Amino acid sequence: MNPTWTPYRAGLSRGWSEFKHAITTPSEVIGTLFPSAIAIIVMIFLRDVIVDGASVSLASMTLPSLLGMNIAFSGLMGVVGQLSIEREDGTLLRNKAIPGGMTGYLIGIVISVSTMSVIALLLVLAPGMFLFEGVQFNGITGVLTFIWVIALGLFATMPIGAVFGSVFGSPRQIGLIMLPITGLIAISGIFYPITALPEWVQWIGQVFPIYWLGLGMRSALLPSEMAMVEIGESWRHLETVGVLGLWAILGLIVAPIVLRRMARRESGSAVAARREKAMQSPMR
Amino acid sequence: MTTARSVAVDSLEAVLSVSDLRMRYGTKDVLQGVTFKAERGEVLALLGPNGAGKTTTIEILEGFRMRSGGEVSVLGTDPAQGKEAWRAKLGVVLQSWRDHGKWRVRELLNQLGRYYAPYSTEQVRRPWDTDELIAAVGLTEHANHKVATLSGGQRRRLDVAIGIVGRPELLFLDEPTVGFDPHARREFHDLVHRLSDMDDTTILLTTHDLDEAEKLADRILILAGGRIIADGSADALAQKMSTEAEIKWTRDGERFVHSTLDATKYVRELFAEYGDEIGDLEVRRATLEETYMEMVRRFETGQADSAVRAFEEVTK
Repeated sequence: MNPTWTPYRAGLSRGWSEFKHAITTPSEVIGTLFPSAIAIIVMIFLRDVIVDGASVSLASMTLPSLLGMNIAFSGLMGVVGQLSIEREDGTLLRNKAIPGGMTGYLIGIVISVSTMSVIALLLVLAPGMFLFEGVQFNGITGVLTFIWVIALGLFATMPIGAVFGSVFGSPRQIGLIMLPITGLIAISGIFYPITALPEWVQWIGQVFPIYWLGLGMRSALLPSEMAMVEIGESWRHLETVGVLGLWAILGLIVAPIVLRRMARRESGSAVAARREKAMQSPMR
Repeated sequence: MTTARSVAVDSLEAVLSVSDLRMRYGTKDVLQGVTFKAERGEVLALLGPNGAGKTTTIEILEGFRMRSGGEVSVLGTDPAQGKEAWRAKLGVVLQSWRDHGKWRVRELLNQLGRYYAPYSTEQVRRPWDTDELIAAVGLTEHANHKVATLSGGQRRRLDVAIGIVGRPELLFLDEPTVGFDPHARREFHDLVHRLSDMDDTTILLTTHDLDEAEKLADRILILAGGRIIADGSADALAQKMSTEAEIKWTRDGERFVHSTLDATKYVRELFAEYGDEIGDLEVRRATLEETYMEMVRRFETGQADSAVRAFEEVTK
């Protein structure tokens, strides 16, 4: 058997097992469904709100944006969460002790985080298409757009998640990045059109993937005339690919360096020290 | 010191070869010239008080920690440069805590074993057949249980199973029985014996418990003060230490105690001088355990240097 591909195959099966564990663990299923359920309920109240110049309700506009945000959020936080938890509990070290284990481990994370992200997304989209008028795929191109936006979105966010997950020493530090992310969501045109914000704020929003993921999802799921309320009165697919692609390239360059540095420092005593600290921490 | 012949033999036989290994954290020298070797099939115990540098040593050999100086060869490779094919020949038994809690025992061993398949040879089939392995560590009844539901002892056996799933040539165990009750400890000792018998696996384990080292190891290396201060089988160490003896006797109803290196000579002189007046004669040699415990006690009360010197004096 070829040692080059073995870790990749083992990683695929690892990801698949983790996915199975996630969907058979009630707390994880609830954790995935709960925010989506809340989002749908909130949007039901927005069904009759119409933004100036729009042909569909605010709820119908928000739903695709929310899907875009979910991709960014679950791609990023999924990896951050899993990495920091599994670094602390020794999962990562165990894989480090195995030939090719780190490769398989990372493939496993990519598989499990991306499948869970897509499933969470479909769970919001399916009822949303029934509940909100105007939310549907714009033909086959809409379906294709939907797919490439998701794929590119995961590529843009998961490596960044790996960087943050490597930098943080413990899962209890994750809160540190929740605040800036929440702030970013507020200026990314998810719950209200970005054009309502001052122009300099719009520029900041457009630097990060969340805005572009929302825009991409709107382009896949809303009637084409809705492009008129966007910046430049266009879906700007080229720019979407450009910005998300840049984030993906940046992440794929930086993440391996940071991951390797982090993994090199893992040892039994490092895990033991973290365990000690976690057990003393009153937050457990 | 080493002759040409022993060097030639070493390069063929030595599974582990450590020479003048040094480790410095900031200004603190944790290891100051550790030197030892292990041959194929040997079970070695690295014994020493807590904080003596056992874990640091084993982590350097595992390739998990960079050393500050010295020569290290593990299965003919410098661990700092070990590639995946080298790693495939090593087994590392780690202490589990909460990792892989949702995985079932068989599922986890299947997953971790997959990585070893390319390293299978005619002589050694890799990985270990999962069900056989589960039976070997006595977890058959729990094969389909989630890892999180296992007891501490069962978890530890799973840790060993994970460490040996790739049929390693060399196995590292760091403080394997910490937190075990006597029963679990005994079961674990049986398991290690079976391992070393089965595949000629070389085993290096660390412990702070002399009793455990005596039970498990062919050879004991005592690590203290950043150096190996004694190296030999339990019997050899005990014999070396028999130089110091305590002599007790009574004369005219009075009790006397005297410690000496040459008990026979002292007793002969005692009788030559007092003859029949001597009664209740007792000559007792300090055991390895007593000497070791004394060393540990001094070590832990901060008299590390004097403890090491005193111990070396005795075992010289």
